[in-house]
Amino acid sequence: MSLSTANGSAVRLEGVHKSFGKLEVLKGIDLAVAEHEVICLIGASGSGKSTLLRCVNLIEPVDAGRIVVHREEITAVGVDVNRIRRSIGIVFQSFNLFPHMTVLRNITLAPQKALKLSKAEAEARAIELLERFGLADKRNEYPDRLSGGQQQRAAIVRALAMQPDIMLLDEVTSALDPELVAEVLNVIRELAAGGMTMLIATHEMGFARDIASRVCFLDAGVILEEGPPAQIFSAPREARTQRFLQSIIEAGRM
Amino acid sequence: MASGGGGEIHRAQYLPGDPRLPEGRPTSRILAPLRAEGARGVALAVMSTVVVLGLLAWFVVRSENWPVVREAFFNWTEFKDTFPEIVRRFGRNVQFFLIAEVFILALALLLAVMRSLPGPVFFPIRVMSIVYTDLFRGVPTVLIVYLLAFGVPSLRLPGVPNDPAFWAVIALILSYSAYVSEVYRAGIESVHPSQVAAARSLGLTRWTTLRHVVIPQAVRRVIPPLLNDFVALQKDTALIAFVVAVPEAFKMAQIQVAADFNYTPLLGAALLFLLITVPLTRTVDWLIGRERGRRQGGGGL
Repeated sequence: MSLSTANGSAVRLEGVHKSFGKLEVLKGIDLAVAEHEVICLIGASGSGKSTLLRCVNLIEPVDAGRIVVHREEITAVGVDVNRIRRSIGIVFQSFNLFPHMTVLRNITLAPQKALKLSKAEAEARAIELLERFGLADKRNEYPDRLSGGQQQRAAIVRALAMQPDIMLLDEVTSALDPELVAEVLNVIRELAAGGMTMLIATHEMGFARDIASRVCFLDAGVILEEGPPAQIFSAPREARTQRFLQSIIEAGRM
Repeated sequence: MASGGGGEIHRAQYLPGDPRLPEGRPTSRILAPLRAEGARGVALAVMSTVVVLGLLAWFVVRSENWPVVREAFFNWTEFKDTFPEIVRRFGRNVQFFLIAEVFILALALLLAVMRSLPGPVFFPIRVMSIVYTDLFRGVPTVLIVYLLAFGVPSLRLPGVPNDPAFWAVIALILSYSAYVSEVYRAGIESVHPSQVAAARSLGLTRWTTLRHVVIPQAVRRVIPPLLNDFVALQKDTALIAFVVAVPEAFKMAQIQVAADFNYTPLLGAALLFLLITVPLTRTVDWLIGRERGRRQGGGGL
């Protein structure tokens, strides 16, 4: 259902503001994501990365500014949010699989209910994806019988089963034991190789350097600095970016 | 109980009554201390029980009036003569209970869902649910039974049943729905908002999310308190005795008391209620204990 966007952006944020009570989390975000681009959002906790992604998926309504997806303003009044969300997948730090459903049911629920696929079509689609990501033998398990890495891969498959144009990944490896991070990152690499447009909030700097077409450093609710990963990681211009990256290096995470 | 620790982030999310639960050995908080103490503990427990019960019995029996009381309440011949009829009538209590319970579970869920609808548009619906719950929880059930069972039939409305038993059951349904809806509501509110966010982010509507994600998890979580209300309802079917001509167990017992000037039939009726309520209560305790064990034990795979 991808629309032609020859000269448009897949996602464009213009002056997006978002507050929770008195706390202003996003203070005017401008960002254009081209088709097939992979943007990594880096920055300290509380810098607004997650909120930004949640706004793009309309989980959080924006207070000011607009978000345009494939030339349609999704933040306009009266937009069918369910239709918009069907084409924008999001994966959460804490997986948020449905604990009372098998892996297969987790994945087929939305295609059946929101896309009106038949059970057979939805299951065929789910099983194909599960096979691709090495989870076919887990399809009849309940989520809590799976490792964290398997759960997160299942959550990614659940989002992919809707065949979204855009994927939003919100610190998807932060809740995982270190030895389980790689299997999830490999899935994301495969998505990037397949041309998926992605917005990724992450603390995995090595991964961001590998995969990103562009890196944005968020600080206190604004994009302080953005550029190709080589430039951001090797020669950051802003003092705050330098300090942030320095602290990451000192923590041994890069 | 499994040892604590583990410190895992992704807690297993088994709920009571979940068929996936491994058959764990439920620990009873009554008997567990005995197991820990071994044979000596068991012997001590038996001795102390015998002494306590013996003292109590002696205290009661030595009363001057005991022969009279024994004759009035513990008359074996009277029991043998009246019990079968009370058992037969008790079927009616079970029938009332089962019919009422089905409607209570449905109506209460509707009320709970009405109350959990968000946003200003649904304000009147939320208020209706709150007013209903406040009204029916605020009035003694026995009063509602009286008001409906005697009030409605005397209106002589065309096409409306005028059987007091019918309206007594309706009264139980209305009253208990208010309590049970609060149980459901607690369950609905216990489902983490991230579950709703995940469902809505997939493009599922609010209704589909409620139907397939929130309610199934909520109901599983509140099965023990729901069973508690089952126990209470089963007992309260005796309230119907106050308003109906066709006797259920309690009414039958009262009739026999009046006929023979002997109170033993009441004990027979009490025994029958215990036969249902005690196993139900034990089941609730067992489910709650299992749930607690799962939480504390860290619930390994």
